Amino acid sequence: MLTYFLCLILFCVGLYAVLRKRNIIKMIIGIVICEYAINLFLILFGYRMNGRSPLYSPNQEITSMVDPLPQALAMTAIVISLATTALLVGIALRIYEKYGTFDITKINKLKG
Amino acid sequence: MNQNNGMSLIIKTITRLLIGFILLYGIYIVLHGHISPGGGFAGGFIIALSYILFMLAFGKEEILKRVPEGMISFLESLGALMFLAIAVLGFFGGYFFSNWLPKGIPFKLLSAGTIPVSNVALALLEVSLGLFGIFLVLVLLKFTPPKKEK
Amino acid sequence: MIEINLLLIFIIIAAIAAIELKDLLSSVVAVGVAGFGLVISFLVLKAPDLAITQLVVEILCLIILIRATIKVDLPFSTSGRWLVNTIVTMVFLAVFLICGYKALLNLPSFGNPVMKTSVFYLDETLKNIHATNIVSAINLNFRAYDTLGEATALFAAAIGIMTILRKKGRLTKEDKENESK
Repeated sequence: MLTYFLCLILFCVGLYAVLRKRNIIKMIIGIVICEYAINLFLILFGYRMNGRSPLYSPNQEITSMVDPLPQALAMTAIVISLATTALLVGIALRIYEKYGTFDITKINKLKG
Repeated sequence: MNQNNGMSLIIKTITRLLIGFILLYGIYIVLHGHISPGGGFAGGFIIALSYILFMLAFGKEEILKRVPEGMISFLESLGALMFLAIAVLGFFGGYFFSNWLPKGIPFKLLSAGTIPVSNVALALLEVSLGLFGIFLVLVLLKFTPPKKEK
Repeated sequence: MIEINLLLIFIIIAAIAAIELKDLLSSVVAVGVAGFGLVISFLVLKAPDLAITQLVVEILCLIILIRATIKVDLPFSTSGRWLVNTIVTMVFLAVFLICGYKALLNLPSFGNPVMKTSVFYLDETLKNIHATNIVSAINLNFRAYDTLGEATALFAAAIGIMTILRKKGRLTKEDKENESK
């Protein structure tokens, strides 16, 4: 129970960075921290005490394994988070090229 | 960062020694995706990282001599089309995405049906994606001086 | 499970350092530290596939972020109404945490998962598919449609990056038309 709650606190740290910071790079860092928290929560949900990793070995007796389904879902999520971060950084670089700053209170032109 | 000349001599020598091993390790993880942990995604990114190490150490002129830009787009489309072809050919086995190759003995390299072929297709997609992203962010975007609004 | 709790506290401290530091390069390094702490957590939670993937994706993410922050200065002024905004954000986060705590009480306790669907995957993989890596078999054989969707998402991201960071735009054609008049 404490472990799940610490994971939720990590998500809230990232959410605070998205809501309150004025620099675009700090917001991107906040989104990345949110994604770490969600992937960790998926894996924590499928852990079995004294389980084994979901791989077979030759000539070994397997008694109990960790749940493999959340691991497959989290693998997809990790790769897609890379694509999201790359696109966000591309948009941030374009904004810096046009306005000269990363501060969101100074970016106020809708038509360029 | 001195983009055109790369880094110092120590880094260039170490990179020349290490690139072959990183590439070999990446290919090993891709091909053994159905036996040991790894699979197409992680192995494809490791192969892309070996090219990125080469580009960071030697500058952008060297990498543009060895990997032409058109080939990266070609590899990416080839990877996606190969994955779709495996899926559509599954109609021979009865339904979309069925596992239609013969499944051999476990723990051998040629077992588990279409899983190794799918790993290779995904690895091609990943390599070109990694190279694309890094190329465009690091090399081709030159900062023009931003218009001063102050 | 005292190791997981200690690792989570370490990741939280690294994340708080990442969003509070004034220098942009230092905060990107702190995000890298949080990612590596996550790799060790995945190894302790018996998920080696994920540890390899997270490690490699973390390195690529760091390279992209460092490129974005290498020549940029940071604004240092704080605008007005700072106190009201912070208090409203803190109240919202406190309500979110309380509701989340009440929802987390309904989950099964840590270490005893509900494995209704995974029993099918665990039985079927060695008998019919003859693959020994169960996570790969789930990703590419039982749930291959999701992997097709993921490949499409990566493809779309590559096209998006190429469109955003293109050098030639409409402006150069307009310049040529103006010159030719």
